[in-house]
Amino acid sequence: MRAPDTPLEQPLLELDNLRVNFHTPTGIVRAVRGLSFTLGRERLGIVGESGSGKSMTGRAILDLIPHPGEVLADRMVYRGQDLLTMDRRTRRKLRGRHISMVMQDPKFSLNPVQTVGEQIAEAYRVHHKASSREARERSLAMLEAVQIREPARVYALYPHEVSGGMGQRVMIAMMLIAEPDILIADEPTSALDVTVQLQVLKILDDLVTSRGMGLIFISHDLHLVKSFCDRVIVMYGGKVMETLQASELEQAQHPYTRGLLGCLPDLDHPKAKLATLNRDPAWLA
Amino acid sequence: MSAQPAISVEKLNVSFGDSHVVKDLSFDVAAGESYGIVGESGSGKSTVLRVLAGLNREWSGEAKILGKSQPKIRDRAFYRAVQMVFQDPYGSLHPKKTVDDALAEPLAIHGIRDAEARIGRAMTDVGLPTSFRFRYPHQLSGGQRQRVAIARALVLEPTILLLDEPTSALDVSIQAEVLNLLQALRHERKLTYILVSHDLAVVAHMCERLLVMQFGRGVEEMSAATLAARAPQTAYAQQLLTASEGFRRHA
Ligand SMILES: Nc1ncnc2c1ncn2[C@@H]1O[C@H](COP(=O)(O)OP(=O)(O)OP(=O)(O)O)[C@@H](O)[C@H]1O
Ligand SMILES: Nc1ncnc2c1ncn2[C@@H]1O[C@H](COP(=O)(O)OP(=O)(O)OP(=O)(O)O)[C@@H](O)[C@H]1O
Ligand SMILES: [Mg+2]
Ligand SMILES: [Mg+2]
Repeated sequence: MRAPDTPLEQPLLELDNLRVNFHTPTGIVRAVRGLSFTLGRERLGIVGESGSGKSMTGRAILDLIPHPGEVLADRMVYRGQDLLTMDRRTRRKLRGRHISMVMQDPKFSLNPVQTVGEQIAEAYRVHHKASSREARERSLAMLEAVQIREPARVYALYPHEVSGGMGQRVMIAMMLIAEPDILIADEPTSALDVTVQLQVLKILDDLVTSRGMGLIFISHDLHLVKSFCDRVIVMYGGKVMETLQASELEQAQHPYTRGLLGCLPDLDHPKAKLATLNRDPAWLA
Repeated sequence: MSAQPAISVEKLNVSFGDSHVVKDLSFDVAAGESYGIVGESGSGKSTVLRVLAGLNREWSGEAKILGKSQPKIRDRAFYRAVQMVFQDPYGSLHPKKTVDDALAEPLAIHGIRDAEARIGRAMTDVGLPTSFRFRYPHQLSGGQRQRVAIARALVLEPTILLLDEPTSALDVSIQAEVLNLLQALRHERKLTYILVSHDLAVVAHMCERLLVMQFGRGVEEMSAATLAARAPQTAYAQQLLTASEGFRRHA
């Protein structure tokens, strides 16, 4: 097993002192405050407080921070290429083909007036020369791979006609069809039942193991992160509290991480009231 | 004679075109009970809640709420008594309306006076700083939007809450706060809940009984104690329990 901070070979992504700020009429919102990490061909989990900047970190890597957000970093490098100085066109070309993100709100990210199948096929054709027939077949195969029953029926549905978990899988299919080097998956399986969830994770796992994809896996599910990821970053208030081997999550030392573990309902230890967290201002000092 | 159930569903069927997505589903929820629904993605859980909430008009069978057989189209009093928290908060919040608008609107529709105080309380209850009151949905994180959706359902003080994955976008500390709040409200005000969730530990914590769904059917109804004892009867429910133990990588 690898040590926490020494990924093999050239890293896929290096991020140093990332900051994301929103200048609002009532002051600056500091969504991300100095985040640094290196991603190798591994499964890197990000867990943390709601509003702690997890999604904004993913969006900053893709250059998708909405107006009036501002992204600052000392270093942001994709396989040796500097993302900060790269021209917008080249950067846009990386997006989708080499670095993809499964958004947290899949239905909102999909085009409401096009069927979900056509959207997957289009994602394929943007990055690969293919006939529409071939793109359709590929898309159907992808839907099947993400465990959609009746792929042909679902192909023809519009986003508002698919269930929450089907929408998530459509989004995953769309992002994987381009075979990216880095996949940022923002709570990709939160709407899936546990059996389908494991089947979808198996696909992501195979891509990391066999193709060497780097996976950033944002999740609130601590048990899942513990069993699925290699390393895990714990975020709070836009900052990293600690970075751990995922398998050692239960032995975390930081009081925030320990507090999180204490809030979980547990099938084997029912209690009338769940423990909650005492947030310490010192964590953000 | 047992008390009349708060919700009673009898042979419910729902189809969209050729696809028959809810099949002969029947269950009862007692007044003051919290009833869980778990099951396969696409098995019809959200559809059942939408029928009960009066948002879906294509169904057959019988749905009784608070003793009254429900017509396809509901009246205003119904919406005061029954509120739903949607699985997909982005879709259920209007993009051009602030948090304040989202919470004030239902109060205005129902002519409720102490709007200011209620909005403040609802936001505090779900752990949203009141400084977020004039933000738009796109200025919030996923979990913050989810909390607006929960606050909006609570602000009318309904007697029945239909909760579709209410905490799946929340970190576990906010989840604990929201679940504690829901339990406290239920006991104080004798509320009735249906809670759809993929998290078996959450369902066991919140609910007395639960229904497992697959392919549009109810495959097994059980008590939370049966779930916790890992003693369900059906293979599918057993599979869910096994899968909830986490990811296993085969060498
Ligand atoms: N346009 C904006 N203006 C002001 N603040 C914003 C804006 N967009 C996002 N934020 C704030 O930035 C912070 C980080 O948001 P982000 O979406 O990254 O959180 P997150 O960690 O993904 O949370 P969650 O787990 O709830 O999805 C949040 O507190 C959010 O309110
Ligand atoms: N408006 C619609 N038109 C066509 N099919 C629909 C429509 N709404 C739902 N369906 C179909 O009904 C089935 C059940 O959907 P539903 O949203 O109830 O599932 P669910 O159990 O809530 O799943 P999940 O756990 O993924 O949210 C799905 O196959 C879905 O595609
Ligand atoms: Mg997020
Ligand atoms: Mg659903």
